[in-house]
Amino acid sequence: MYTMVLSITHRITGVFLSIGSILFVYWLFALSLTPDRYAQAQRILGSGFAKLVWAGLIFSFCYHLANGLRHLAWDMGWGLEKRQARASGWAVVVGALVLAAAVIFAALSLGGGSA
Amino acid sequence: MSLRSPLGRALGRGSAKEGVGHWWSQRLTAVGLVVLGVWFVAGLLALHSLDYLTVRAWLAQPVTAVVALLLVPTLLWHSHLGVQVVIEDYVHHEPLKLLSLVLSRFVHTLLGVAAAVALTRILLGAPAMPAGLVAGS
Repeated sequence: MYTMVLSITHRITGVFLSIGSILFVYWLFALSLTPDRYAQAQRILGSGFAKLVWAGLIFSFCYHLANGLRHLAWDMGWGLEKRQARASGWAVVVGALVLAAAVIFAALSLGGGSA
Repeated sequence: MSLRSPLGRALGRGSAKEGVGHWWSQRLTAVGLVVLGVWFVAGLLALHSLDYLTVRAWLAQPVTAVVALLLVPTLLWHSHLGVQVVIEDYVHHEPLKLLSLVLSRFVHTLLGVAAAVALTRILLGAPAMPAGLVAGS
């Protein structure tokens, strides 16, 4: 996996997660109000389009987390050889996809599918 | 061709000292987020339901409250630093760059205050004012 593609993806997922933090705070704020306001937020955040956004956010979270750990390892001087960097790049992509699938599955069984 | 010396060009443009602080903050918040973010998401997913009472009861627990109150500023500071780097790298039109940086700061600050108010309300168990205290009633 080319490290350049992974690097730009790290930035894109980071910006997407920043936008997602607006949704998170909106959800948290609604939760601090009445059950009615929370139910309204749940409806908005559970709509068909929003579900697609959540799937994207979950993948972004997993990818940014995995690749972020890779960056922190690099900062400590580990895995900087080209061969190692490519191998860890693949590990990040596969790990992020597997983790995202697990989180989406857990979220769906939480009632995210109906809420 | 400019006849100015390299020193002349650099003078008055400020030093790069801040960069190290930025770099460090980005890494420290990243390490914090690995722990806090994973803890929070795993905790949320472990709930049996996302209904009002379940999530509020979870967030009002002392340990969850500590994690949530640490998570919000760590997340927003990390986000602020990251968005700043992206704007500085990709927005080359100076006025637009400045506007984006200011807007990003305002939005991040607003989100932080809103989240702090929300978490405080949840911790204090404040769904609504008692009937007698509601303004106008």
